Amino acid sequence: MELNGAQILVRTLMEEGVDTIFGYPGGSVLDIYDQLFQSPIRHILARHEQGVTHAADGYARASGKTGVCIVTSGPGATNTITGITTAFMDSIPMVILTGQVPTQFIGTDAFQEADIIGITRPCTKHNFLVRRVDELARTIREAFYIASSGRPGPVLVDLPKDVMQARMEYQDVPAKRQARKEPVFLPDTADLEQTVAMLKEAKNPVILVGGGVLRGRASEELREFVRKVKMPVASTLMGLGSFPADDPLWLGMVGMHGMYYANMAVSNCDLLVTLGVRFSDRVTGKLSTFAPRAKIIQVDVDATSINKNVLVHLPIVSDCKSALVQLNTMLGNNGLEDLRESRRHWLDQIEKWRVEGALTYTRGELIKPQMVIETLNRLTGGNAIIATEVGQNQMWTAQFYRFNEPNTFLTSGGLGTMGYGFPAAIGAQVAFPDRLVVDIAGDGSIQMNIQELATAVKHNLPVKIVILNNGYLGMVRQWQELFYEKRYSHTNISGQVPDFVKLAEAYGALGLRTADPDEVESVLKKGIEASGPVIMDFLVEPEEKVYPMVNPGAALTEMQLGRETGL
Amino acid sequence: MNVDNHTISLLVKNKPDVLARISGLLSAKGFNIENISANVTMNPDITKITMVAKGDTATIVKIEKEMKKLIDVVDVLRVKSKIAIQREMALVRVKIDRKTRDDVIKSLDPLQCRVLDESSDRLVLEMTGETAEIDQALVSLEALGMEDMSRSGVVVL
Repeated sequence: MELNGAQILVRTLMEEGVDTIFGYPGGSVLDIYDQLFQSPIRHILARHEQGVTHAADGYARASGKTGVCIVTSGPGATNTITGITTAFMDSIPMVILTGQVPTQFIGTDAFQEADIIGITRPCTKHNFLVRRVDELARTIREAFYIASSGRPGPVLVDLPKDVMQARMEYQDVPAKRQARKEPVFLPDTADLEQTVAMLKEAKNPVILVGGGVLRGRASEELREFVRKVKMPVASTLMGLGSFPADDPLWLGMVGMHGMYYANMAVSNCDLLVTLGVRFSDRVTGKLSTFAPRAKIIQVDVDATSINKNVLVHLPIVSDCKSALVQLNTMLGNNGLEDLRESRRHWLDQIEKWRVEGALTYTRGELIKPQMVIETLNRLTGGNAIIATEVGQNQMWTAQFYRFNEPNTFLTSGGLGTMGYGFPAAIGAQVAFPDRLVVDIAGDGSIQMNIQELATAVKHNLPVKIVILNNGYLGMVRQWQELFYEKRYSHTNISGQVPDFVKLAEAYGALGLRTADPDEVESVLKKGIEASGPVIMDFLVEPEEKVYPMVNPGAALTEMQLGRETGL
Repeated sequence: MNVDNHTISLLVKNKPDVLARISGLLSAKGFNIENISANVTMNPDITKITMVAKGDTATIVKIEKEMKKLIDVVDVLRVKSKIAIQREMALVRVKIDRKTRDDVIKSLDPLQCRVLDESSDRLVLEMTGETAEIDQALVSLEALGMEDMSRSGVVVL
């Protein structure tokens, strides 16, 4: 049957199982929008293309599916860059469809032309310009395959308008997989046998998990592995949720704002088993002092992540799931049961650190931001889907919200994108209309994509926004206080933020506010119970800082706890 | 640390932007390439890119791993200098007079060398050889009045 490019595109998307697209229309994608109008695919219209991409990213992180966006050429495409780079840094599977000027105009500085292939080459896993309609279906399938396989990532497909209009005889063939790159990396059995031997030998072992466990859908296998080996589990920011925070073997987050006991355990262990961790500078602190006594076993699907920042003793190029499934089989039903006694001393030591460096804050007359998150955690039983912006709000959430389930924590870890959380929460709410989805924001970051309130209201997506409103760009202010002698250069925004309650109302959402610690719980309850989107504006202690803190360039053991201790 | 020249050969899909992907990734990761050459292979869909990078082994391994990750890179081969034949080419213009002409020709004896053009005061030469040989020839030619030269990247088989 004869179809045009836009029709073939929509058909191929449906073949790939796409039922939801985030997008924003424009001149170059009119033909595609005309077909979407007639298709069963749900289209979520955001209010800015950055919002489009973050929403698709949040959808992908929460659901595990590939997020799909469509935007127009030129500014529509360039507005996606922050969202694409955010997804790229955190290995999120996304397919971004951009409109492009007709092929005969490419290179002529035509209206709304941008060389989006050139622009996005360094921030996508791969990208394609479709020059002929007969390449279209194959390219789209390839894009979905690349986005979701191996180490996932965003793939951009640039679609010139004339290609969308071109007609061809299209045969509805079942999606035939091409011979493709991306070999599946399976772990080497000898390496796994060595791993088991090292596990048995270790006296002071720690497991460190990262985003690769979540992206590799290996949470279940991780839990089984830990049950067998009985080793304490620390996590990077990106790994939160892959192992239950309520488990006694859970150490919490490591790194710059990690738990005291997690950083101490990693710094003193004799064996560090890392799963899907890329050793970011925020995780390792000073590289030369990172886990100085440990033999390191690194499991990662991406060979370029191995020996990149930290030299490891046993590299295993494999997805986390394949490696853990085989390790679990090798360990048998009894696991390392008999080693529990020889590790007693290590677990006692960790327990001591846990007591010494317990996460805490002091209460005062003003609301402490940590208290808001602690209360939210209590009210939701750690079972909400939580998105964050970037900065103090993000770190307090990572510290005080106890994630128990995979894919419930949506945060921009690699790029650190302010303005990520709210649209990401919208995307997660689209994936899970019946779950509680909360964006924890600061008064600075929420304004970076506040326009998406219209999206939430229009699509009846009851996302709850918790603003920890301290009148500052808080994390930058914290660094200015600690490292720039309190010269608060352009970080004091008090009096310059809108009335968030009125703002919510202006968009047709509910706005709530309190400055009273005694009202935190009731406001949260009211917000959670409300049927639609809500902004909860908590006026918090302006100068509260995130602790523990490892100063940039310092060793993980050199933590400032921000309080008087005997340490 | 042992910083040497290493030759890496890539088999890549013959597509318009594949070189941009490779050079973009190298610059993004902070790797410097000494020289590069590219042309299509016996299979018209595949291009062979040969590049020489300076660095210690760890750096070269990183470059290879990054290259392997590119979707359009089909294969990455480290060229072992003892086994592979490596050649580069130089075109050189030398100012001569009756006295120096023979010195110039003589200095090139060990090399595969051809005179492409000759007048009473200029010689244009084409030479191929291993990188070190070309280096050496260029040094002697400079002393004898080299005016200009153009040098290719390394090709290997």
